[in-house]
Amino acid sequence: MSFLAQVWDWLTSSANWSGSQGIPLLFWHQLTLSAAVVATAVVLGGGLGVVLGHTGRGGLVAVNAANAFRAVPTLALLTLLAVQPAISLTWNGFLAAWLALTALAIPPILTNTYVGMREVDADVRDAAKAMGLTGAQVLGRVEAPLAVPFVMAGIRTASIEVVATSTLAAYVSYTDLGTYVITGLNTGNTVLAFGGALLVAVLAAAVAGVLTLASRALTPRPLRERTRSLRSPRGLLGAGASGLPDVVPEH
Amino acid sequence: MAVLPTVAGTTNPFFRWGYVRQDWSQIQGDLVQHVALSVLAVAIGAAISIPLAVLASRSRLVRVPVFGVASLLYIIPSLALFVFLIPYTGIGTYTTAEIALVGYTLLIMIWNTVAGLDAVPGDAREAATALGYSPSASLLRVDLPLALPFIFAGLRVAMATVIGLVTVTALIGLGGLGQQITYGFTIGYNTPIIVGLVLSVALAAVADLLLVGAERLLVPWSRRRRRRRRAGGAA
Repeated sequence: MSFLAQVWDWLTSSANWSGSQGIPLLFWHQLTLSAAVVATAVVLGGGLGVVLGHTGRGGLVAVNAANAFRAVPTLALLTLLAVQPAISLTWNGFLAAWLALTALAIPPILTNTYVGMREVDADVRDAAKAMGLTGAQVLGRVEAPLAVPFVMAGIRTASIEVVATSTLAAYVSYTDLGTYVITGLNTGNTVLAFGGALLVAVLAAAVAGVLTLASRALTPRPLRERTRSLRSPRGLLGAGASGLPDVVPEH
Repeated sequence: MAVLPTVAGTTNPFFRWGYVRQDWSQIQGDLVQHVALSVLAVAIGAAISIPLAVLASRSRLVRVPVFGVASLLYIIPSLALFVFLIPYTGIGTYTTAEIALVGYTLLIMIWNTVAGLDAVPGDAREAATALGYSPSASLLRVDLPLALPFIFAGLRVAMATVIGLVTVTALIGLGGLGQQITYGFTIGYNTPIIVGLVLSVALAAVADLLLVGAERLLVPWSRRRRRRRRAGGAA
């Protein structure tokens, strides 16, 4: 039997679709971990980005620090947390993965939120103030809606990264679709590793697709055409590209 | 791999220099492998991306499939991409690691190069034509040099991304500094993990500085504003 036929057999065998090591449960584990991480990062990174962007103070420092932090390999964070006895086994390894991945997810969300808030035209802000809106109203009714495309780009980038990297969480502590890949690699079972990798890739592509649609739906209608032209060369799935950092040279 | 250094009374100290001294040759080897894997990936990635970006910036027919494939490669989790290649190019081989690592540089490099070429002022192109430059001479001597700041931005992001991703290849038998990380995890010991973490962050910083330096040499006119002097020539 050819290799790919064996992978197909593994994917379609009913035994793999139930139980504590079954695909549905491990899929659910990966999804809940990723959702918890992104939600935490939105609250922390997005919140900080909104505050810094609204006040306009200390933002560049925070953004640069966040981006410098991106150089830390996630595998190192995951393993470092996982060898601490107090953390490693907490919540079946969820805690270590949650902390490490949240650290990964904050920078893109913080950066994009901050940039989105700062991109709001000063004239628009002044007009809103002249119309008698309070600071909070300017934030809620003017700045935040205008920043949505940027924030969503940040959330999409972070989510794609988190779903992808949650695969690595299986190496240290957690049990998700990455567990098939890691177990397969550790036992020399290439079929198992390949099948797991396929599931992970499909999940990542699906998350990317769903978030692209979601960011379009959440963007205020008048902004849609404009943001599309801003992102000019669009790729398939509108991929993480618009969330790439430093597309514009830094000078 | 070194024998686990043991210290009386402490099983897992936060950091122990003794390990670094004892395992230095191994650490050095990992560092060299990390540099080799990263530099090779970015160099091959640039060699593929820049020509593709030139074609993509000129023709929609090329742009759509090029960005489609590059985006798809970028979305696939690194570990999955490595595993997809194992049946064909083997486990623990440079080929497997490099194909996947190069795959991740493509979107970043192509995206930036296309953005740079799109940003070349039409006036500069027209002036080149008026001066009698052929289309290919204009590309090599006007368009690409003017796009260099964007290309370098792409190189910097690609380099940082690849240096981080190389650690993941430890799971398929390579890893560079990632080997320190997996070793530390396997024996439940902080020090090798911190060595791997700190050295890969330092490596990323040094690589970034070198790229910034190279950009300064190749794109002297980009400092025009800072130095408050007019640059002669292209810009």
